[in-house]
Amino acid sequence: MSIDEVLISVKNLNKTFGKSHVLKDVSVEIRKGEVVVIVGPSGSGKSTFLRCLNLLETPSNGDIIFEGIKITEKHAEINKHRQKMGMVFQHFNLFPHLTVMENITLAPMKAKGISLKEAEAEARKLLKMVGLEDRADAHPSQLSGGQKQRIAIVRSLAMQPDVMLFDEPTSALDPEMVGEVLDVMKELGKEGMTMVVVTHEMGFAREVGTRVLFMDEGRIVEDLPPKDFFDNPKHPRVCEFLSKIL
Amino acid sequence: MQGCLFLLNGIVGEGMYFFDSFTDKFYINFIKDDRYLFLLNGLKNTLIITLFSLIIGIIIGLIIAIIKTLAEQRKDALFKFLSRIADIYLTVIRGTPIVVQLLIFYFIIFASVDVSKLLVAVIAFGINSGAYASETIRAGIAAIDRGQMEAGRSLGLSYGQTMRYVILPQAIKNILPALGNECIALLKETSVAGYIALEDLTKGGDIIRSRTYEAFMPLIAVALIYLLIVIAMTMGLKSLERRLRRSEHR
Repeated sequence: MSIDEVLISVKNLNKTFGKSHVLKDVSVEIRKGEVVVIVGPSGSGKSTFLRCLNLLETPSNGDIIFEGIKITEKHAEINKHRQKMGMVFQHFNLFPHLTVMENITLAPMKAKGISLKEAEAEARKLLKMVGLEDRADAHPSQLSGGQKQRIAIVRSLAMQPDVMLFDEPTSALDPEMVGEVLDVMKELGKEGMTMVVVTHEMGFAREVGTRVLFMDEGRIVEDLPPKDFFDNPKHPRVCEFLSKIL
Repeated sequence: MQGCLFLLNGIVGEGMYFFDSFTDKFYINFIKDDRYLFLLNGLKNTLIITLFSLIIGIIIGLIIAIIKTLAEQRKDALFKFLSRIADIYLTVIRGTPIVVQLLIFYFIIFASVDVSKLLVAVIAFGINSGAYASETIRAGIAAIDRGQMEAGRSLGLSYGQTMRYVILPQAIKNILPALGNECIALLKETSVAGYIALEDLTKGGDIIRSRTYEAFMPLIAVALIYLLIVIAMTMGLKSLERRLRRSEHR
């Protein structure tokens, strides 16, 4: 597969909650291997946009085409497509009644029908990658925030997704734990995982991102490689945003 | 001195008299003609009605709770419609006395069918307790963080799978204690089963009373039996809650 292959194509996406128009005609293409970082002020629609990609939010209108299939179609097999789109949440959303191992193996076994043995072997491999192989039998309540988020990433990776969506993955963490989660994400990016990341971590955007989207009031107003985005921002809203946070 | 002795004698004598009359009454009410069997048989029926109507109630409650949860989460016309029907059921069942419901089931719905009174009672009490259980279960599901469903769905699990493997195992910790209380209430409510001439525990005591013209013994015995069962259930419930709380801290 070439790096230019379009993985997700979003066309004229709109989302309204009651009277508020949260996404306004958003169109964008995400190619295989890209690390797209979405930044912008709060309330700009970043998270809603990300949640529309795997239809956790139902778009009001517009199309999302994932791997050539229009998943916004009424009869699309959404469960099948979601298996290919991992998602990591701000508040981890680990399953508190299950052990770390069970958290990771649940979906591969129940959604994909993989055997327990196979699922556990894969889980151990992934746990090792994030340095938590010794916590397999722990319950989520026994883990630190950083550990929880790394487990949440592993849980998504266990489904062997083609793209990973990150919804402010470090915003609920104590500052000293942000690094360990970002390191895992960096590693993923280096391995060629396609990622869409909503974050306030500008360092990550600059270092790992291949593209930065800036959203404001429900629109994508800037779409640039990180170097250009940070060094030569053009849109006045972006300049204002950057001057506030950098 | 003599007066004292006389008084003492009197007290002892009264006591003896009371004791004699107690054993006599006990004998007449429970031993003679094997009358204790009315209580034993009644207790058996009471427990059968409670157990099976609780099972029916939980099944109905679970179905309604999921329908209402789905209707809230999705804008689906079918579930909206089913939820409307469930609302009517809840309103009717909770808005009318259980005795009236029981009589309607026995004398109207099952009037022309030859079924056992026990079955009629199980159905009537089951449908009744389903209305109360559904709210308990719905609230227990609603208390689970929205992120749990989102996490399950984002992994590609279906709604049903996420419900079964993620939501319900957690919700059960909220639901079980409340369902235990429902079970205790149900046990006591079955005491109206006598309205359809079903010989439950209360009716058993009643039959003894009509045979012996004695109210005290049979009624107190019936009350004590209910009380002991409720105390046992309450204790079981407390230990269950303790265990559930402990598993939360794992």
